[in-house]
Amino acid sequence: MSVDLTQSTMIGLRDAVASKDISASELTRVYLDRIGELDAGDGGLQCFHEVHEERAMQRAADVDAGRVQGELAGVPIAVKDLFCTDYGTTTASSRMLAHHRSPFTATAVRRLEDAGAIVLGKTNMDEFAMGSSGETSAFGQAKNPWDRSRVPGGSSAGSAAAVAADLCAASLGSDTGGSIRQPAAFCGVVGLKPTYGRISRSGMVAFASSLDQCGPFTRTVADAALLTKLMSGVDPLDGTTAPIPPEDDFDDVEQAVPNLRIGVAKQYMLEGANEPAIQQATDDAIAFYRDAGAEIVEVDLPHTKYGIPVYYVVATAECSSNLARYDGVHFGHRTAEPVADIVELFSKSRAEGFGDEVKRRVMLGTYALSSGYHDQYYNRALAVRRLIKQDFDQAFAKCDAILCPTTTGPAFKFGDKRDDPLAMYLNDVYTVNANLAGIAGISLPAGTANVDGRALPVGVQLLGDAFAEAKLLRVARLYEKSHAFAAMRPTL
Amino acid sequence: MSEKPQPPQATGTPTITEADVRHVAKLARLELTDDQVHAYTGQLGAVLGYIDQLNEVDIEGVEPLAHPLDLVNVLRDDVSVPGSDRDVMLQNAPDRQGPFFKVPKVLGDGGGA
Repeated sequence: MSVDLTQSTMIGLRDAVASKDISASELTRVYLDRIGELDAGDGGLQCFHEVHEERAMQRAADVDAGRVQGELAGVPIAVKDLFCTDYGTTTASSRMLAHHRSPFTATAVRRLEDAGAIVLGKTNMDEFAMGSSGETSAFGQAKNPWDRSRVPGGSSAGSAAAVAADLCAASLGSDTGGSIRQPAAFCGVVGLKPTYGRISRSGMVAFASSLDQCGPFTRTVADAALLTKLMSGVDPLDGTTAPIPPEDDFDDVEQAVPNLRIGVAKQYMLEGANEPAIQQATDDAIAFYRDAGAEIVEVDLPHTKYGIPVYYVVATAECSSNLARYDGVHFGHRTAEPVADIVELFSKSRAEGFGDEVKRRVMLGTYALSSGYHDQYYNRALAVRRLIKQDFDQAFAKCDAILCPTTTGPAFKFGDKRDDPLAMYLNDVYTVNANLAGIAGISLPAGTANVDGRALPVGVQLLGDAFAEAKLLRVARLYEKSHAFAAMRPTL
Repeated sequence: MSEKPQPPQATGTPTITEADVRHVAKLARLELTDDQVHAYTGQLGAVLGYIDQLNEVDIEGVEPLAHPLDLVNVLRDDVSVPGSDRDVMLQNAPDRQGPFFKVPKVLGDGGGA
């Protein structure tokens, strides 16, 4: 029995395995062969850093024998390489962790495996999730399957590209400032950043602990809903998981939202900021919701433009603190150079283990937290962060979801922004505020733009209030029903 | 209307110097080459210049928001549970001696002890 991966959805494949149209072993083999054909080597997509073929086939055999069961039984997925797994390595695409073997598995991954998912491997990413293009990875460069001369976005570069290229049925990423939604938009797939506290961060390599959140890349809204439901809920290993369980009907995305109100903010519709294809897709989506009977409500988010500067203080401050653990002593890279004392051991090990962007952010965060600058940068940024959250609180009193672009343009070319950190940071202008406020956001494929003779995906974003993902997903599903974007796939 | 993100502009705040960068690198325990110090001085200066636009926001009386959730004192029951296996936790140590992490001498000129 064979299956056409390029026509598939995650739930469709799950059902095909359950009804024995295809065995889990056959399905896993099809994906592994496709990864072997399309992903490896210099000319490959390089979505995967590590493929766990033997373990995946063993898990598939367990599903076929009935030893592993659950709502995801036999579903092959990929996992961003910052989720710890007690098999293989967990590198965060950094030389610092090149040989790191985690003693434990991240809660999010464990919950999906408990539900029967099969992990095919770990995906390439920007080093420690710091980047918007995948270019800061220490281990190869994931490509955009729509145009290999362009970035897949980042930081969850390989996870987004792997779903777009049908190298897995779904994948996990993490979103600190847009690292799920932006690559989802660039690669033409669904990417959900759940509410902060919805899914445990235990076992995720930390970047910025008050912003990091795990979420799925999928073909469809229903696939994203199911994965999110299965990963959600309190985890004793993460004290910041909220004691708010997912609703019983969390993944029932077909329900209509009564008296739907869609918020539109002028701060996300800046003249000249959005490329024409992006503005057109956003305008079309607004028109779609209006025609579907929704009320379009103007909302005001006056502090939007301060999101990037606040983010680059808060995220770097937290990263400088989180990454202090990489000291060349407990785990990770240690210099082989002779050292006079332990400070030299720290400084040389970190200099050798971290890449350029990671160092830059550690430096910026250390500066912002240092004596004499703490009030000027960190405390001021936190105050503006509250104003950004208050903007959203007021907006969500007037609407069910806010519609806006995910990015200002489609995927850019490799190297275009590599040497200009600030230009790279501005890439996250429409995504960072959701992280700062801790709310949910989803990027949906909204067609393609013709750029230099190539079709490149564009995305639209829906932002939802904290712990209102069930509603957000229903709003997203309404759009999906009329746009059939799961059929939007690159030619490979 | 042109609220498009603007490139950093001089705001009167002193820009970061190479001496500042060397000091921060020492605090962050990062050994930098002279070329890196030079490059980071320019790049961090540009980013800090951009961040300076936060100075135009009125934050009088605004409580800082360090975290999106209002959770406080999340405690577990005070019962002992098995800890991690020592050998497993030491398996990634770059150098070890028996049950210990092994490091060079801590007391020294730059040791800060």
